Amino acid sequence: MTTLTRSAAPVVVKPGATKRSRRPRRRRSVVLMIMMIVFTVYSVFPLLWLIINATKSQASLFSSFGLWFGDGFDLFSNIAQTFSYDNGIFLHWFGNTLLYVVFGAGGATLLATVAGYGLAKYRFPGRRAVFAVVLGAVAIPGTALAVPTFLMFSSIGLTNTPWAVILPSLISPFGLYLIWVFATDAVPSELLEAARMDGASEFRTFFTISLRLLGPGIVTVLLLTIVATWNNYFLPLIMLSDPTWYPLTVGLGQWSAQASGVGAQPIFNLVITGSLMTIVPIVIAFLFLQRYWQSGLAAGSVKQ
Amino acid sequence: MKRSTRPAVRRLVTALAAGAMIGATLVGCSSGGGTTSGSDAKTGMAAVDAALKKGGTITYWTWTPAAKAQVAAFEKKYPKVHVKLVNAGTNTTEYTKLQNAIKAGSGAPDVAQIEYGVIPQFALAKSLVDLKTFGFDSLKKDYASGPWGDVTVDGGLWGLPQDSGPMAMFYNKTVFDTYGITVPKTWDEYVAAAKKLHAANPNAYITSDTGDPGQTTSMIWQAGGTPFSVKGTDITINLQDSGTKKYTEMWNPLVEGKLVAPIPGWSDDWYKALGNGTIATLLTGAWMPGVLESSVKDASGDWRVAPMPTYDGTPVNAENGGSSEAVIKQSKNQALAAGFLRWLNDSKQSVSIFVEAGGGFPSTTEALNSSEFLDAAPEYFGGQKINQVLVEGAKNVLPGFSLLPYQLYANSIFGDTVGKSYAANSDLNAGLKSWQKQLVDYGNQQGFTVTGK
Amino acid sequence: MTTTSLNHSGTGRTLRRERRDWRGWAFVAPFMIVFLAMIIAPVLYALWLSLFRDQLIGGNAFVGLENYADALKDSKFWESLWRVTLFLVVQVPIMLALALVAALALDSARLNGKSFFRIAIFLPYAVPGVVAALIWGFMYGDQFGLTASINDLLGSHIVKPFSSSWILPSIGNIVTWEFMGYNMLIFYAALKVIPTELYEAAEIDGAGQLRIIASIKIPALRGALVITTIFSIIGSFQLFNEPNLLKSLAPNVITSYFTPNMYAYNLSFAGQQFNYAATIAIVMGVITAVIAYIVQSRGSRTEDF
Repeated sequence: MTTLTRSAAPVVVKPGATKRSRRPRRRRSVVLMIMMIVFTVYSVFPLLWLIINATKSQASLFSSFGLWFGDGFDLFSNIAQTFSYDNGIFLHWFGNTLLYVVFGAGGATLLATVAGYGLAKYRFPGRRAVFAVVLGAVAIPGTALAVPTFLMFSSIGLTNTPWAVILPSLISPFGLYLIWVFATDAVPSELLEAARMDGASEFRTFFTISLRLLGPGIVTVLLLTIVATWNNYFLPLIMLSDPTWYPLTVGLGQWSAQASGVGAQPIFNLVITGSLMTIVPIVIAFLFLQRYWQSGLAAGSVKQ
Repeated sequence: MKRSTRPAVRRLVTALAAGAMIGATLVGCSSGGGTTSGSDAKTGMAAVDAALKKGGTITYWTWTPAAKAQVAAFEKKYPKVHVKLVNAGTNTTEYTKLQNAIKAGSGAPDVAQIEYGVIPQFALAKSLVDLKTFGFDSLKKDYASGPWGDVTVDGGLWGLPQDSGPMAMFYNKTVFDTYGITVPKTWDEYVAAAKKLHAANPNAYITSDTGDPGQTTSMIWQAGGTPFSVKGTDITINLQDSGTKKYTEMWNPLVEGKLVAPIPGWSDDWYKALGNGTIATLLTGAWMPGVLESSVKDASGDWRVAPMPTYDGTPVNAENGGSSEAVIKQSKNQALAAGFLRWLNDSKQSVSIFVEAGGGFPSTTEALNSSEFLDAAPEYFGGQKINQVLVEGAKNVLPGFSLLPYQLYANSIFGDTVGKSYAANSDLNAGLKSWQKQLVDYGNQQGFTVTGK
Repeated sequence: MTTTSLNHSGTGRTLRRERRDWRGWAFVAPFMIVFLAMIIAPVLYALWLSLFRDQLIGGNAFVGLENYADALKDSKFWESLWRVTLFLVVQVPIMLALALVAALALDSARLNGKSFFRIAIFLPYAVPGVVAALIWGFMYGDQFGLTASINDLLGSHIVKPFSSSWILPSIGNIVTWEFMGYNMLIFYAALKVIPTELYEAAEIDGAGQLRIIASIKIPALRGALVITTIFSIIGSFQLFNEPNLLKSLAPNVITSYFTPNMYAYNLSFAGQQFNYAATIAIVMGVITAVIAYIVQSRGSRTEDF
């Protein structure tokens, strides 16, 4: 256990730097390759379906085979329609989602980082209780807390405002845990002692020294919270009644639901194209930051 | 533009003022408890007119596609009134939000779209304004009797009808012709057609049915059943009454024999099935043509409309779907909200916008009887004058049917109970009995006095 | 989880000798204030609500623990709990096993194109649950969806994703699809920090790849396994989005009390039984916390040897 934890810190900073080069080259395994191809096909297949069907018009969706292209190639007209439908409400939803991500995920990461660091580097009364309470609360189904939260928010006039979505997403217990574990090793206590000797204040030390060392951990938490807020569906669904505040997920749900009943207007093609466009930005974010979050995850998973 | 609308406005205002006088007197006689709104202590229609003149801002929740054009026309007519239009979701989603806002005590709109089946629920919870306080009971003559009955619950008037859904049988003529099926006039013929069709083509079904509370209750209604009788908080539930049994006796063979397509309504599979001939008939509300025309384009020219089949040759009908708009009690400007509502669902201008936008089948007698409406012969339906069939059907709607004051809950557990019969392709009566049992239990838990028969 | 903190107080022995200081609270306080307002307050409010019964007719009344007594006797609640337990017992091991195999393959020196596979398998995690349910819902359509095409190929109507016997596997498939890559990455990240010296030593001893996996890699993954298991358990018990969105496609199979969370949701929003819904939520929370605690403490205990 101790060996593992000690090695965690350096590896975290330079992921897998020396490991591979030292290993002798081996012959490639066909079995492994086939197996991984199967996994990949399984993972990518539904996305492929999404891309193929995003090229079809509403009419062609109803009449063509699901796994191949339809008569025409309507991807661009679908995208244009998605952006223009109902006075461009989709762009509005996109902006809202960004707003919730910036403040929700950003705030959650900030709070988790500062608190996780405090837990890792200070012995203060009530420290253990903090952690027990935070993790115990994770077990309570969020769906069922929706009503009490709604009633509370409503009594202080927060429902149907962006705050109703942002405030609850400021809490990321897993983020707190990850930073805590990460900070324990990534920020050497000796370094902090040295800074204190020099007369730096605690917060100054945190911002000038510790924050930089926590980099990969912060990026990981940031990505996890971005995914969480980007995918947030239930809470905004309950809290918001005005579509002008909807995030993409709730908006797509509404588009999908308008296919039913009196005056039904099915727009399955826009639901599909909109889904595709909801996924693209977050996939890009993942690709760009993958170096960081993968090493950040490592720390969180080794320590138990 | 402005010049041309002015006289119309003036005429309308005079007409409204006249109506208001009548309304005011009516209120004076009947309830006496007219809401005094604003500083000028007018009551009834006069208060409404004053509020419209004074102006203000109200919020309107709806999911009807016609709303945007309607609100624009209204604001043009009453420039001092601003209507904040919000699509808070389609049916259940909206009701959930509405209930939440009502429970929370704030955040509800001034006017909201509420389907007929849910009116009793909101009315009983005292969440809606009784429009009799504004003298709106004088508008009765403007509406078909069916939808008017739907908004009148327990002696109160809880909304104004927007559209209505007298049932009809929509059938795919191309499919019928291909398999030599004649248009069924009775349910016996309908069941026979179902068998013939499915035998001729195992991929074709007479209709689809995976169990839908609205559909089932409408079918029971059409069979003469009155499973729910509600007097205030005293409720009797009998989902085994003669009408219900008449329906299940007829429908069971279709479910048990797997003669109805197991395709859930409104799914993309369902739309496909309507377009490619898999589903040969639809037993549904008169609002269906708009949906078919806009969303099942593949089948243009194939569909026709016929009256609902009957049990014994006497034409009888029921309703399926349809919405009203209601003024929510939480509204801070009820008179203005009522004014908007009156224009929205009682003015010729608004109703024609609604019909043109494909919002549904109107409920005002004026719209229903206009020659323009009756003589419309859409190409989609092969030039058939479908509205004549539909309007005729509206005349045969059986009176006296009602739903529960906790219909939203009832709908939510329909799949748990009757759905089990559907899932097992077995006797619907078993499912209906278990539905009844849970409804009785729930009602009693909630403080109603519910008897199950 | 509490054991975890014990571990940590062990590593910080030097700090403990200092006088108790409150400086740490300056760092933790912002988080805790938001936490108290956003999580603890609703929990307390839910506890408060669970002691009352608000009827549509007759108003609100204090009923003590009656709601809890009702919950214990409620066959719908137990049926839903049993269903998610079944789901948990089958789906979680399959998902974690697949993720583990994928992670081990990624860690093997005998595979090309690792970074491609890694990101490709991880992609579904970035897909919002709503969108995932929409996509799979379209594909599951057994009349004209992809499933129908598969059935045509097979020549009979065998695959019925929305039938009562298929629905749990259908949902399990969506959840597995969404989270397999995520769990794989956690395992993979844990594998990467195993010191190379251990492998070299093992190879000098003549251990084969399988033996290295069994005696070095798997034990090193214990921590990761425990944490993924705990999060998967919590996820299964809170199953909501996928069945709730598929309900319109399988209305008779996915009941209103299909999972405890759906039950609580329908109690409050369809039945207006906010008090009873709060009770169900609290009971579920307690059950989840207890099980998570057991898994955690068992996972850690074996670690000590």
